Amino acid sequence: VSAALKQGRVTPTELCQRCLSLIKKTKFLNAYITVSEEVALKQAEESEKRYKKGHSLGDLDGIPVAVKDNFSTAGIETTCASNMLKGYVPPYNATVVQKLLDQGALLMGKTNLDEFAMGSGSTDGIFGPVKNPWSYSKQYKEKRKQKSHGENEDSHWLITGGSSGGSAAAVSAFTCFAALGSDTGGSTRNPAAHCGVVGLKPSYGLVSRHGLIPLVNSMDVPGILTRCVDDAAIVLGILAGHDPKDSTTIQDPVKPFTLPNLTDMSKLCIGIPKEYLTPELSSEVQSLWSKAANLFESEGAKVIEVSLPHTSYSIVCYHVLCTSEVASNMARFDGLEYGHRCDIDVSTEAMYAATRREGFNDVVRGRILSGNFFLLKENYENYFVKAQKVRRLIARDFVNVFNSGVDVLLTPTTLSEAVPHTEFIREDNRTRSAQDDLFTQAVNMAGLPAVSVPMALSSQGLPIGLQFIGRAFCDQQLLTVAKWFEKQVQFPVIQLQELMDDCSSVFENEKLASVSLK
Amino acid sequence: MWTRAVWLGLRASAGGRRGFPSKADPQGSRRVTAELIEHLERLALVDFGSQEAVARLEKAIAFADRLRAVDTDGVEPMESVLEDRCLYLRSDNVVEGNCAEELLQNSHRVVEEYFVAPPGMCCPKMA
Repeated sequence: VSAALKQGRVTPTELCQRCLSLIKKTKFLNAYITVSEEVALKQAEESEKRYKKGHSLGDLDGIPVAVKDNFSTAGIETTCASNMLKGYVPPYNATVVQKLLDQGALLMGKTNLDEFAMGSGSTDGIFGPVKNPWSYSKQYKEKRKQKSHGENEDSHWLITGGSSGGSAAAVSAFTCFAALGSDTGGSTRNPAAHCGVVGLKPSYGLVSRHGLIPLVNSMDVPGILTRCVDDAAIVLGILAGHDPKDSTTIQDPVKPFTLPNLTDMSKLCIGIPKEYLTPELSSEVQSLWSKAANLFESEGAKVIEVSLPHTSYSIVCYHVLCTSEVASNMARFDGLEYGHRCDIDVSTEAMYAATRREGFNDVVRGRILSGNFFLLKENYENYFVKAQKVRRLIARDFVNVFNSGVDVLLTPTTLSEAVPHTEFIREDNRTRSAQDDLFTQAVNMAGLPAVSVPMALSSQGLPIGLQFIGRAFCDQQLLTVAKWFEKQVQFPVIQLQELMDDCSSVFENEKLASVSLK
Repeated sequence: MWTRAVWLGLRASAGGRRGFPSKADPQGSRRVTAELIEHLERLALVDFGSQEAVARLEKAIAFADRLRAVDTDGVEPMESVLEDRCLYLRSDNVVEGNCAEELLQNSHRVVEEYFVAPPGMCCPKMA
C-alpha cells in the first residue's frame, strides 16, 4: 500500500477514512480505547501534501498505525486500561511513537490491553475485554455451524490473547497496517498467534523503552504487530536504535534493512527444544509444529533436537522477578503528580493507600503484594536473588544452544488456538498467565528476539502461530527465516465479509491479499 | 471505606469483619500471618481487601517455592541481559526542561509550583 501511496493510486486521506470507517464498524471488538480521529485526519492531510510535492518521508508516510495504550502519547489520553491513569494525558511521546510520527505514520488510536499489561487475555482492563476478530470470521462461523444450532451468536466470542490484544485485533481486522504492543512475557506474541498476525519481540536493548509505561524494566520490550513479516521488518528498521533517553538501549549503530529471500537452506540449523513438548500442548499445535520442522528439513535445513534444561523453572522464575519489579514500578502511582487521586485527606499514607486501592484492579494489587513479599529483607535472598540466579541459568541454556550451531529455535507460541471468553475466565489471571506464557516468557528472561508467525487454521477455523527465537541482536536473521516460513505456509486471509465489502475497492486494487505495507 | 475499624479488625485478626486467616492452614499459610499482612500492606500501600487476595498470595508463595529445587551453587544473580555492556551515560549538560507548567497540569492538587499532599505521614492508627 506504501507503493500505492507513492504512485498516487490512493491518498493518505482516503486510507485514513477507510481505516476510521473500519474502526467504527468493528467497534464491537473493543480493540480501541481511544480513537484519535482528528489527529489522524490532520496527519493524513500533511502526508498528502508531502506526497504531492514528491517529498514522502518513507515507507510509513501516510500509513495508519495503532499504539497500545501503555505507550505515552502527547496530548492523547494514556490509560493502561486502569483507573489509575484514566484521564491522564501525557505531555510527551514515547520514543517509539515519536519515531513513527516522524516517519509520517497516521496514529489511529490507542488500543486496549489488560490493565497495566498484566494478563494473557486482554480481558482484565477497565474498558472491558477485547474480542478476537476471528470469532466473526467466515472460517470460524462455518465450522461452528456444523456443531451447534440456534445459539446466541455472540456469547461464544473468543479472546484475543494478551496483553496486547487490542493491537493484535486492530491489525487483524484491517483497521491499521501496524500496531505497537509491548512484550514482557509474551504479550505481543501471544495475541499475534491467536489473531493470526505476525508478532515480533525485538532483542532487549534494540528498541527504546522511553515512554513505555514500565512493568518489568529488565524484560519489557516494545513489540510490533503486522500482517506480514516484511512489514514487521520495515517497522523494526525505523524503531531500532540507540536512544539517549533510554540507557538500556545499545549503542551499536542500527540501519533499516530489507529481508532477503532465502534460497539456500543448507546452511541453516533449526533447533527444536524438547522441553517445550509438554502434555498441555494441544495435539493440533503439536502436529503443526512437527509439520513445520519437517518442512525445514525437507528443504535442506538441518533440524535438530536441543535441550533447554531449565525450562520447567522459567515460569516460576518469571513470576518472582516480574512481581518484584512490578512492586517497584507501581510505587510511582501515588496520586500526587499525575493519575487518579482519592478524596481522602487525612494523611499522606492514607491518601496513597486509598488512591492505589481505587486505581488498581485485583490483578495489579495482587502482583504488587506478592512482589513486596519476595522483596522483604527476610525473603530477598531466597526468592528474589534466587530467581535472578535461575534467570542466569535459563539465559545460559539459550547461549549454549546457540553456541552449538543452532541459528534459530522453532517452538509453539501458545498451547492451543484462542479459547472462548467464557472458558478463559474460569481460571484466575495468575494461573492463566502462568499457563499461557509457557513458551514465550523464557525469551524475555534471556532478552532474545522472537517472532510469532501464523501458520495455519485449526480444525475450528482459528489461527495457530509458531514462534521463532533468534540469537541476541540477530533480529534480521530471525526475520529472514520467518519470512521464508511465511511464504511456504501461505496462511489464509481472515474473511470478515461484511466489513471487507465496503473497503474492497481500495484493497483490491493493491492485489495484496494480506494488505501489507509494501 | 478505609476506616480505622478495618485496621483494628486486622490487628485483632480474630473473626474480624473480613475474617483474615490466622489459624494454620494445610497449605503452609502459617507464613501469611496477620502481622505479615499488615506489614505488606504498609510497605506496598495497597490493601489485600479480601480473603481471596490473601489466598492468592499464599498460592503465589507456594508457586515461588518451587525455585528451591534448582541448584544455583556458584551461580551469580543476573540483573540484566546487557550486563556485558557499559551503560550509556550522556554528558551532564542541561538539554531540556522548563516544562514545570505542563507537568503540574497533570496533578489534581497544586499550589503555585508545588504538588500538594495531605499533612503528615502517619496513619491514624499510629497516633
